[in-house]
Amino acid sequence: MGHTVTEKILAAHSGHDEVHPGRFIMARVDLMLGNDVTAPLAIEEFRKVGAGRLADQAKVVLVADHATPNKDIKAAEACRVMRDFSREQGMEHFFDVGRGGIEHALLPEEGLVAPGECVIGADSHTCTYGALGAFATGVGSTDLAATMATGECWLRVPESVKVVFRGQRRRWVGGKDLILYLIGQIGVSGARYQALEFCGETIEALPVAGRLTMCNMAIEAGAKNGIINPDAITHDFMKSVTSRPYQAVVSDPDARYVRTVEIDCANIEPQVALPHLPENARPVSQVKDITIDQAVIGSCTNGRIEDLREAGEVLKGRQVHPDVRLIVIPATPRVHLQAIKEGLAEIFIQAGGALSTPTCGPCLGMHMGVLAKGERAVATTNRNFVGRMGHPESEVYLAGPAVAAASAVLGRIASPEELS
Amino acid sequence: MSELRGRAHVYGDNVDTDVIIPARYLTVWDPAELAAHCLEDLDPEFVKKVRPGDMIVAGENFGSGSSREHAPIAIKAAGISCVIAKSFARIFFRNAINVGLPALVCPQAVGEIKRGDELAVDLGAGRIENLTQGKGYQAEPFPEFLQHIIAAGGLVPYTQKRLAL
Repeated sequence: MGHTVTEKILAAHSGHDEVHPGRFIMARVDLMLGNDVTAPLAIEEFRKVGAGRLADQAKVVLVADHATPNKDIKAAEACRVMRDFSREQGMEHFFDVGRGGIEHALLPEEGLVAPGECVIGADSHTCTYGALGAFATGVGSTDLAATMATGECWLRVPESVKVVFRGQRRRWVGGKDLILYLIGQIGVSGARYQALEFCGETIEALPVAGRLTMCNMAIEAGAKNGIINPDAITHDFMKSVTSRPYQAVVSDPDARYVRTVEIDCANIEPQVALPHLPENARPVSQVKDITIDQAVIGSCTNGRIEDLREAGEVLKGRQVHPDVRLIVIPATPRVHLQAIKEGLAEIFIQAGGALSTPTCGPCLGMHMGVLAKGERAVATTNRNFVGRMGHPESEVYLAGPAVAAASAVLGRIASPEELS
Repeated sequence: MSELRGRAHVYGDNVDTDVIIPARYLTVWDPAELAAHCLEDLDPEFVKKVRPGDMIVAGENFGSGSSREHAPIAIKAAGISCVIAKSFARIFFRNAINVGLPALVCPQAVGEIKRGDELAVDLGAGRIENLTQGKGYQAEPFPEFLQHIIAAGGLVPYTQKRLAL
């Protein structure tokens, strides 16, 4: 019997020839991650363990991205805990303001994650890296602390769900639309504790940026990890970011899946997820007369250069609606610089948008775009829970960059088709 | 194993970590500060109503969303002795075990417990008694692997043991 890519990676990292779903393992972790929300608590727990030194400093990444640039004194203190710890431990992978950006956009850019690797992160969107053929999952601060001390993390081998996407994507349909559509089909706990393996001709033709967006939101279906079998597109991307070797593995043709979901992409329109769950996905054409106060384009889900290009295509030569605040947030300094070089920064600013330095800020209602009572936003972020972007009586509609940009222009949730 | 006793605070499905502890409070990790805002965006009265020992009873996918360990820390520090749910989101479940917040899966109990019911829980036996209704339930047992972590007193002492510290 064959194995899935997830099972193969977990077997290789736990000293077993093979592992089956349901088995508990101690996995050797290639990379572990924390941010300014989760790392200070992890550092405190690490000190309680009493190991003194990190098991391997090169495998630990700390990124100051959530409440940064420091939104207040408490945030500043939290970042200082990370900064002091990274100095004390001689860490090479501490990314501070101006040199980091949003963790899940940053790590692939830096070549820190490769196919076949096992990654844990004290951030639920750590599952993003499955797009590169890695096993990557979110954990909490104490799990990160224990892994910092031992280099290992306990994991239950997940069952895998195979999701086959067929057909050609329509105009303006990207990874965000495919994953919102899937979550709409299976629900926010549709893959709870399971691996979501995305495959099929649509995925095989999807660039890395779209794959990262899809795996990023696997957690919104409750999944342990999202993963895509590494292929030529993955290897080309890896060559562009690093020269280090890696051991890619792929699912066997006779691997076992707990179930298979088939999706015909030819009929999928750009999607919008209504408040207050990502599973409330609708085709944009069915979302009428929803006026907005704010549009946010950015985040670990959709803050890469490809996302900004898509938004720029829609916004070029147009003006943001007078009643709307557009906030565009390149996910990393590299994306920011590229947006300037390509003229995208000028398009956003000329349109009346605010171009922000990299931060997670508004996605989770921390800063840089918090909503007031009764306000409504369209956002390329990942969660539309109650109070996610601010006041508990505000609303977030999730969409891809093209819909967010078109909505910013028209002042209501709209398809870019309405502008042409 | 000692028995937990308290009243039930009942909520629905998909109680996410953003409503358990909104991100505007995530720049701190002090349990008492977090407890002051526990469940603020779902039930603003919760922190006024809760008494030490009380339990949260909830539907499917409790603790969905973010990995913030601040969520089970806030619940525990607010005085909640145990969360009983139809199911838990996986990161929340890990975090609950790691911070020592008992998390029991028992769909039948959740279906029948009403707000304010007096409950007693025997963690060692996994027994849930509804003293108000006179009904008893058996929660799903923890996998053996997790029982070792729980028996060690949590992940930090378990890790110390592994490292022989």
